[in-house]
Amino acid sequence: MSCADCGNIAKEAREIVAEVGSEPEKVIPLLQEIQNRHGYLSQELVEAVAEEIKLPVSRLYGVATFYSQFRFEPIGKNLIKVCKGTACHVAGAEKVYSIISEKLGIEEGETTDDQLFTLESVACLGCCSLAPVVMINDSIYGKLNPAKMGKILKEYADGK
Amino acid sequence: MAVKNYILVCGGTACESSKATEIFNSLKEEAEAQGVIDDVQIVKTGCFGFCEKGPIVKILPEEAFYVEVVPEDAKEIISESIVKGRMVERLLYVDDTQEQKDEFDVEDIKFYQKQVRIVLRNCGFIDPEKIDEYIAREGYAALEKVLFDMKPDDVINELKESGLRGRGGAGFPTWMKWNFTKGADNDQKYIVCNADEGDPGAYMDRSTLEGDPHSVLEAMAIAGYAVGADTGVIYIRAEYPLAIERLEIAIKQARDYGLLGKDILGSGFDFDFEIRLGAGAFVCGEETALLRSIEGNRGMPTPKPPFPAVEGLWGKPTVINNVETWANIPMIILKGGEWFRGIGTERSSGTKVFALTGKINNSGLVEVPMGTTLREIVYDIGGGIKDDKAFKAVQTGGPSGGVLTKDFLDTPIDFDQLTAVGSMMGSGGMIVMDEDDCIVDVAKFYQEFCVEESCGKCAPCRIGTRKLYDILNKISKGKGTHQDLENMKTIGTAMKKAALCGLGQTAPNPILSSLKFFEDEYLEHVDDKICKAGKCKDLVRFEIDADKCIGCTVCARKCPVGCISGERKHPHVIDQDQCVKCGECYAACKFGAITKS
Repeated sequence: MSCADCGNIAKEAREIVAEVGSEPEKVIPLLQEIQNRHGYLSQELVEAVAEEIKLPVSRLYGVATFYSQFRFEPIGKNLIKVCKGTACHVAGAEKVYSIISEKLGIEEGETTDDQLFTLESVACLGCCSLAPVVMINDSIYGKLNPAKMGKILKEYADGK
Repeated sequence: MAVKNYILVCGGTACESSKATEIFNSLKEEAEAQGVIDDVQIVKTGCFGFCEKGPIVKILPEEAFYVEVVPEDAKEIISESIVKGRMVERLLYVDDTQEQKDEFDVEDIKFYQKQVRIVLRNCGFIDPEKIDEYIAREGYAALEKVLFDMKPDDVINELKESGLRGRGGAGFPTWMKWNFTKGADNDQKYIVCNADEGDPGAYMDRSTLEGDPHSVLEAMAIAGYAVGADTGVIYIRAEYPLAIERLEIAIKQARDYGLLGKDILGSGFDFDFEIRLGAGAFVCGEETALLRSIEGNRGMPTPKPPFPAVEGLWGKPTVINNVETWANIPMIILKGGEWFRGIGTERSSGTKVFALTGKINNSGLVEVPMGTTLREIVYDIGGGIKDDKAFKAVQTGGPSGGVLTKDFLDTPIDFDQLTAVGSMMGSGGMIVMDEDDCIVDVAKFYQEFCVEESCGKCAPCRIGTRKLYDILNKISKGKGTHQDLENMKTIGTAMKKAALCGLGQTAPNPILSSLKFFEDEYLEHVDDKICKAGKCKDLVRFEIDADKCIGCTVCARKCPVGCISGERKHPHVIDQDQCVKCGECYAACKFGAITKS
């Protein structure tokens, strides 16, 4: 990171704080705004926001690491969320997950080397009648099996 | 020209995931193209509940109930239903009681017959983004009634009369919570809605908020009047973007109408809202943890007492109820506590919404009077088990609940009955399992969830959930012992007594209840090292019987990891080292040549 960026980061931190608020109760909304903008919590921006609201960085990280919503690494082009809710579990979510993990060579929370896919599992996407379900970016794919999942992955890999 | 027809398109999450928005847009385009756009009002509603058959489109006043609609059907729906006034027969839902399609009536659909909709009264009927439609169905009449005709004590007495108990799981009498807060001496009080629905396999609250957001806002304002609070906070999962959007729209519209904000309807009563987004922590469904999260901290529970009713948000007296509890309240005020008490059982009045999922024919959202039996829910409403398999058990209460076996099919479901048989009502997830589900696997699934979601503050939960998971993992690998089974009971019992909050106290429930009712299945894993359901991977092996295999190659093509090899018309072989035990080959083989052992 060059220091030309430092000024930009401080500027963005001020923007975020102006938008969300600077009270200690706004820590979660502030972190959510950082993640909305960048897809993850970049250390530089978290530090800059902490400075802006005059709270120790540890306080922000203490909160961020508690909640599963927050990520600390950039995500790939396609974010795959495998639902592991109960309905999906009994319908075979594990098999769907294994196939993705096997084909892409990544585990939960990891991103492929070509930055094309990030794999996550989530507790419930709330469309249990379609179980097992996977969400890729904003699209939901339901009633999956390993073969179907393989095809969908290929479509994305081919540049969908 | 007056509108002649209404087309209601389900905009619930499952239908939305299956192109409901595209269907909605196509219907509008077609209505325009066919010149009937002024005759018809096309509305995107909340969840109809019948998610299994989604996306659903309903035509009024004809009551045509179209299922599994795709965007390409729009043209025919408009030309037949709207232009010609006929039904599109091929899209109509038919169940086994209705042989004649032309005698169709939505009320007759078995899925809806035994349901009583109080909480979901508006879901699937109104456009949740239009306050006028809510008002047209007696919306905000209850708020008006309390502001002008009732004293705060009258409101609480009506609630007491109704017998309403909290729908978040524990079933605490709602009026008592309100009364404690009312009695607390403080200038500032808060009303909080717990919409942090984190139970995997449950989406009742999400559907309620998406389908009828005003009912929750109205109820919270009523509580504000009853206890003397002017601020409501809705804590909702960030994972529910549609519900959040509709709540924001609802709040804005209600403010514009003077139904929220300062001096509501000229009564002198002020009430307004804030929305806070949860960030993904199951423990925040616990009320003290939720309050800490709103305050901007790690969502860790604090010991009770003090109860939030007396010392809650920012240390101020706070009423906190979940979405479903709130949604009942306007109806109780309008129709009276006595009416509400007339529904359900003596000690659990009213209805309960369940998310019925798993191995069931009609999965979806159902609302039934308390006291309905499991059999009625599974067989009459749910249409029985998928693929005619055998019923094994139902899990209620998610990771905090337990299993109900076929012996309990005729048990009336209410708070006390479920607790008596070792499960709990929970928030309303109801997962149906069939003969292909392994009880050890399901218990392990829930325990893994609890390990991940334990906040780590108290040792019984932090260590207990981990130890229980490790033991289950060992059993699922065929390495468990009888002592392990005993140890699970000991650890589980200790956690129930010693954990700080509801999460840890109930985390052993799935294990303790399944051990009680399915001990044989645990023993099979321990003594015989087998998993009959074939779910515990380490205990399953798929093999091809060379005598039966004709070399059709279907299994090899289905295998997602390509570990089946063989020449065409010759017996195939599974490479056991590569096999991921997914069972795709087993399901695909038409000759019974693949064995599972």
